[in-house]
Amino acid sequence: MREVVREVVYQMPESLKPVVTHYCSGCGHGIVQRLIAEIVDELGIRERTVGISPVGCAVLGYDYFNFDVSEAAHGRTPAVATGMKRARPDLVVFSYQGDGDLAAIGTAEIVHAANRGENITVIFVNNGVYGMTGGQMAPTTLAGQVTKTTPRGRMPEDVGAPLRVPEMLALCDETTFLARCALNSPRNIRAAKRALKKAFQYQVDGAGFSLVEIVSPCPTYWGVEPLEALKWIEEKVIPRYPLGVFKDAAAAAAAAEGAGAEAPAG
Amino acid sequence: MAQNDGDRTLMCGNDAMAEAAIRAGCRCYFGYPITPQNEVTAYMSKRMPEAGGTFLQSESELAAVNMVFGAAAVGARAMTSSSSPGISLKQEGISYLAGCELPAVIANVMRGGPGLGSIGPSQSDYFQATRGGGHGDYRHLVLAPSTVQELVDHTILAFDLADRYRNPVMVLSDGILGQMMEPVVIPDEPETHEPAKPWALTGAAGRAPNVVKSLYLDVLELEAHNRDLQAKYDRMERDEVRYETLEAEDAEVMLVAFGTVARICRSALGALRDRGHRVGLFRPITLWPFPVEALRATRERVRAYLVVEMNMGQMVEDVRLAVEGRRPVEFYGRSGGAVMTVEQVVERVEALAAREAASGEGAS
Repeated sequence: MREVVREVVYQMPESLKPVVTHYCSGCGHGIVQRLIAEIVDELGIRERTVGISPVGCAVLGYDYFNFDVSEAAHGRTPAVATGMKRARPDLVVFSYQGDGDLAAIGTAEIVHAANRGENITVIFVNNGVYGMTGGQMAPTTLAGQVTKTTPRGRMPEDVGAPLRVPEMLALCDETTFLARCALNSPRNIRAAKRALKKAFQYQVDGAGFSLVEIVSPCPTYWGVEPLEALKWIEEKVIPRYPLGVFKDAAAAAAAAEGAGAEAPAG
Repeated sequence: MAQNDGDRTLMCGNDAMAEAAIRAGCRCYFGYPITPQNEVTAYMSKRMPEAGGTFLQSESELAAVNMVFGAAAVGARAMTSSSSPGISLKQEGISYLAGCELPAVIANVMRGGPGLGSIGPSQSDYFQATRGGGHGDYRHLVLAPSTVQELVDHTILAFDLADRYRNPVMVLSDGILGQMMEPVVIPDEPETHEPAKPWALTGAAGRAPNVVKSLYLDVLELEAHNRDLQAKYDRMERDEVRYETLEAEDAEVMLVAFGTVARICRSALGALRDRGHRVGLFRPITLWPFPVEALRATRERVRAYLVVEMNMGQMVEDVRLAVEGRRPVEFYGRSGGAVMTVEQVVERVEALAAREAASGEGAS
């Protein structure tokens, strides 16, 4: 008889509650929250992790994560995270925010948390619309994109161009890790997980401020089928929001140190 | 509270309040510059690191109160302070603190308003403080000190009350109290009780996850939450009323004033007594809960009330509600940062007393 080897290769992360989420079909929030839960498990930090839910579709994150979670007022999540981390530096604190929360009403909070180099992790989910309130224009809405409040399409000359947050925050000297990923393919989702894991690891190491923007589908308010939404990301969103790492100060410092060590002693 | 286990120190109100907060165990202070409370942020920036705590100058008043929210959520004693326009900005955070049942201390060193107003002293945030400037059904305690010593005592008390009720507590100071120097005793180790905080977000180690939230999408769930909050506010109304009376026993005219103005009224009372007027002073110390019953009890003897405030007439509404129309309630106020003199108060009381005497004769 052949020997049967049983090995668990995929299961519900301990950091997720076994519940059904309220997210629409094809929404990216469920994927991002699962990635976070996997990372928290893998780093063994569940018992000292505190998440902060934003105002928006992801506010109910506290019903899904199996660790301590707080709500925050709209856009104030990085300020709440700052207060938590300054009071209890031993906790791992992450701020989970949508594009309206982070890049519109919370612009001051994110810029200054980044500029102070707060030792926190920010997950910035960019789906280009306000989902919770019914699909209005977000700061990240594409030029020409039709939303509830841009019925003729977003006109940058009137309401501004789509805001690129990591590129903007890269100008803040004290930031550590800034990246943009997307959820439009398994390959990109794996890349997103690597970036997110780095962002958490840096906080655990005390390396400073990390933000990972994740371009995420919102088929409901883009008015397309879920599969089409993934194509939309590839064809329309990524050209405006290029994927990649905009800053990795910790890796750069380590490389410089490595180079220094290899250099012959003078 | 112990008043005699330390040396008397000459301090301005803002410095004394900051030191009292640290002695009370506050280790997280977040603030933003605004006159006339700038001594608080300066003092905290110097002292907090020495005390092993956190001082952070925030990018805005909104950020400051939300940093307090975060620190409170993980179980720390946290405080912010500002002056009137800044307190308006903090109202969103105060509503969330109340909704999420988080303890915090917020000090308002009041200045003239509305809008940018002036940097002169004022009491024109009475409505905002006692009615809740933020949205939703909530209440918070409001302590109104009238001396620098009381500012110290109330600040220490505020942290205990905030923890006891898991609710924000406001210390309502003003530009005079914050800037003036008086001798104070700040106990090295004040009698203070910080309870265990099993609800705090300290990491879900060996327990189910804790959640801090004020969102209840099910309307009946939110109504139940609001009923629970109201039961807590009812307990505060029952147990936390504080006030002081001066020469109230035989008073025919009762001055009603809080904070700095109560000091002016106290001086006026002395002058009026010297001239033979039976005048008393009723000083609410908690503005919410307002000492309704105690004030109402005085109307048996008192013929008329004069409410004196540094505003256009705010607390006077609570006095009228308490007196229920049984006695005349008059108002005298200065506004915009202007401060009444003792003589002005004396004049008003004498005019009121004369009118009452005349109406008494007319009735008989």
